[in-house]
Amino acid sequence: MDIQVLEDVVIKFAGDSGDGMQLTGGQFTNNTALMGADLATFPDFPAEIRAPIGTLPGVSGFQLHFGSRKIYTPGDLCDVLVAMNVAALKVNLHGLKKGAIIIVNTDGFDAKNMRLANAATNPLEDGTLEGYELIKIDVTKLTREALSDITMGVKEKDRCKNMFVLGFLYYMYSRSLESTERFLESKFSKKPEILEANIRALKAGYNYADTTEVFSSRYKVEAAKLDPGTYRSIIGNDAASMGFIAASQKSGLPLFLGSYPITPASDILHFLAKYKNFGIRTFQAEDEIAAICASIGASFGGHLAMTTTSGPGIALKGEAMGLAVMLEIPLVVVNIQRAGPSTGMPTKTEQADLLQALYGRNGECPMPVIAAATASDAFETAFEACRIALQHMTPVIFLSDGYIANGAEPWKFPKAEDLPEIKVEFAKPIEDGSQYLPYYRDEKLARPWAIPGTKGLEHRIGGLEKEDITGNISYDPDNHEHMVLLREEKVARVANYIPDQKIICGPEKGKILVLGWGSTYGAIQSAVNHVLADGYEVAHAHLRYIKPFPKNLGEILFNYDKVIIPEINNGQLVKVIRDKFMIPAIPYNKIKGTPITSSELIDFIMKELAN
Amino acid sequence: MSETLNLTAKDFQTDQEVRWCPGCGDYSILKQVHTVLPQLGIPRENIVVVSGIGCSSRFPYYTNTFGIHSIHGRATAVASGLKAARPDLSIWIVTGDGDGLSIGGNHTIHLLRRNFNVNILLFNNEIYGLTKGQYSPTSPLGKVAKSTPMGSVDHPFNPAALALGADATFVARSMDRDPAHLQESLIRTHQHKGASFLEIYQNCNIFNDGAFEVFTEKSSKKANDLFVRHGQPLVFGETDNWGIKLDGFTPVAVNFADGFTKDDCWVHDETDIYKAQILVRIFDNPSNEQHLPRPFGVFYANEHRATYEDLMSEQIYAAKGKGEGDLNKLLRGSETWEIK
Repeated sequence: MDIQVLEDVVIKFAGDSGDGMQLTGGQFTNNTALMGADLATFPDFPAEIRAPIGTLPGVSGFQLHFGSRKIYTPGDLCDVLVAMNVAALKVNLHGLKKGAIIIVNTDGFDAKNMRLANAATNPLEDGTLEGYELIKIDVTKLTREALSDITMGVKEKDRCKNMFVLGFLYYMYSRSLESTERFLESKFSKKPEILEANIRALKAGYNYADTTEVFSSRYKVEAAKLDPGTYRSIIGNDAASMGFIAASQKSGLPLFLGSYPITPASDILHFLAKYKNFGIRTFQAEDEIAAICASIGASFGGHLAMTTTSGPGIALKGEAMGLAVMLEIPLVVVNIQRAGPSTGMPTKTEQADLLQALYGRNGECPMPVIAAATASDAFETAFEACRIALQHMTPVIFLSDGYIANGAEPWKFPKAEDLPEIKVEFAKPIEDGSQYLPYYRDEKLARPWAIPGTKGLEHRIGGLEKEDITGNISYDPDNHEHMVLLREEKVARVANYIPDQKIICGPEKGKILVLGWGSTYGAIQSAVNHVLADGYEVAHAHLRYIKPFPKNLGEILFNYDKVIIPEINNGQLVKVIRDKFMIPAIPYNKIKGTPITSSELIDFIMKELAN
Repeated sequence: MSETLNLTAKDFQTDQEVRWCPGCGDYSILKQVHTVLPQLGIPRENIVVVSGIGCSSRFPYYTNTFGIHSIHGRATAVASGLKAARPDLSIWIVTGDGDGLSIGGNHTIHLLRRNFNVNILLFNNEIYGLTKGQYSPTSPLGKVAKSTPMGSVDHPFNPAALALGADATFVARSMDRDPAHLQESLIRTHQHKGASFLEIYQNCNIFNDGAFEVFTEKSSKKANDLFVRHGQPLVFGETDNWGIKLDGFTPVAVNFADGFTKDDCWVHDETDIYKAQILVRIFDNPSNEQHLPRPFGVFYANEHRATYEDLMSEQIYAAKGKGEGDLNKLLRGSETWEIK
């Protein structure tokens, strides 16, 4: 059979949340990474853990975009859809390219599944799929047959269906089964029967594709021309977790995490809880407030302390964040944003907590705010959040979102020895009985970190307004104004210790600058590269530091006729930019719980170029 | 140890002017704490006083140790994190009936069940003082206060019973007006390894004067207070002429004039969780004619449950025993590939 070489492919695996589509997608991703293609993924979980089987809300999806060129996004539209039942097809049909390949499990298209998915007629027969390349496989039946001589319940056998599908796709994309075989061997090392069944289903799918010739051609995507080096696959929450561990190692301070479980942030708690061999203390508190307060206590005690949550949790932590601002102690507050307000859509992504991060506390309560742009960038950003917190004696907000948290990409990971040291010095003991001044400051305006157990440094701090230098309670009007301005200036001075803003691509001056922050990075890169290739003067800058902004940001903004700010919210960074630089920045907003696609952004940029 | 440190009560005073209302019960508690701290043999820099918000929560400013005056209700949460991070420190939480049982009730019960080795001093004055006189979660039913002009319809907490219900390993009660008993209680509170809950009746002479008068005044104290001691029979009354006897699960007061003796009385065993649960439930309103006396002292002390911070440290020790964390190995993960 021919092997057709493609530049890039977008595949979506979709099925019931119990069908193992996340695992299948994850395995295909891993296999893809190992063969050297660049990639980006987008897992799309249903809100319910186990929504009713066969229904539309129960559909779980995993989208993978891979290619031999640089891949920035999980792809706007799919080339291939794997649909395990009617509901999975219905939910994803709108996201397919013209002529896309649809692989369906026919067993999932019986009368019962049609009823559950509210389908009046069978889409396999009613003409819905005209114009697509439809591959019908009775995965359930074939899997059961492949496992006929294994003594296992039918239910258990049916759990191997996803491996059959995976094997099928491995053949289709000219892959080796090896990585998944290794994975299964380690996962089921103590359950030889389940291991045997899964491997057999995997091979059966592969061989079925080989012998039946259901498609005219096999495909291949060559390795991408990435920077030379050693790579691994990484998702954002894991990258952030490793960034925090790295900061703990590089500062020589033990890591303390106070956290309360919340989607999509819990995985950081899970990750850090596993690495007690780094001396990490994870404390699953009784609520969000206790989680941050415990971290404040640990920070007072001299640990690198952090708390992880999502928007609703940040709302609950607001008062304690204010306390950390008054105490002027290091603390990293992590917000893995999700669609709000209130409970909102916990499994869907959004960037709507930026104004909350900047302004969502009582009083004048400034905190540095930094944001990760991609899964791998979450490592450096997390490390940087810790550095700023420790060296500037301030709580810092680290923003990520559900899309970065769970999306995967290849990562040329750093070596431990190449990471910078984070220099931290505790206040020294006082032996001569002289008075300790807890709010005395250095050139960064950071106060000393005086931890309990240090002789002569006994002092009391709290949420009441402090007198400058002594830290005593003060209601003096001039002192209060002085302290408010001083806390603001302290955060502003962080700008002296961060790199200048850079233009990632495009001209230094020109018609349009697309300014982004957070997870819109890939879509903007992809869109801007596209219009650049067509010869337009469009550039992309992406902010990691949102408070304070890099010092040269204003200068950059004034070099373009227009500034477009795409955000997955109703226009938040755009307000801040307009306020600070008085320019008529143009928002591009999407608030659907899904990432902005590069094609819609290209359309918008083209329209603005024409105006 | 205390000799070598040479600390006195004066060493624990700060240069800050104490700003509680004249006559407030907090003064006595502060004095007893300052008296007890030098006796513990702990250097000042290893002691941290953590408070929330309320009159009592000003305490850290008046005690020359490390201190955090945190936010309303969260002293217990801040202290939990500090103790988890720094098991070496002696941590004293100062809270009140509003701070510790209302806005911070959640953290209080969770700290107790986790059994951090910290000391909770809950100043109970049955009123909100700092916000100027609203009823609190320990105010009696019918309490007329600023927010309850027709009397409170809230059923109050019994703090000691709540603490024991949350599986506290040490539960005790004392009062501001009995310095000797309070000092002794503070020392026991410190000595217990695990979360210690000491409820201290404290008079708010401005908004709730005399709330505990019947328990603290010489004239009525004997008849209304039951001071319990481990291994001793439960005896009270003007001339120790009354005792408490268990009738099945029900405590009853018996008069020795009726032929009962101390040998008939319930002998206090502070390690007995079942009896402790009955003891803390003795919470009669003293204005009822047939009321039982209010117990004071150490009701329950369980020295056998592990503390949270010890268990946490053991896990870290065990994990490190299998090999210290290697950052390069972590960054590398399980599968990598080369791009040439």
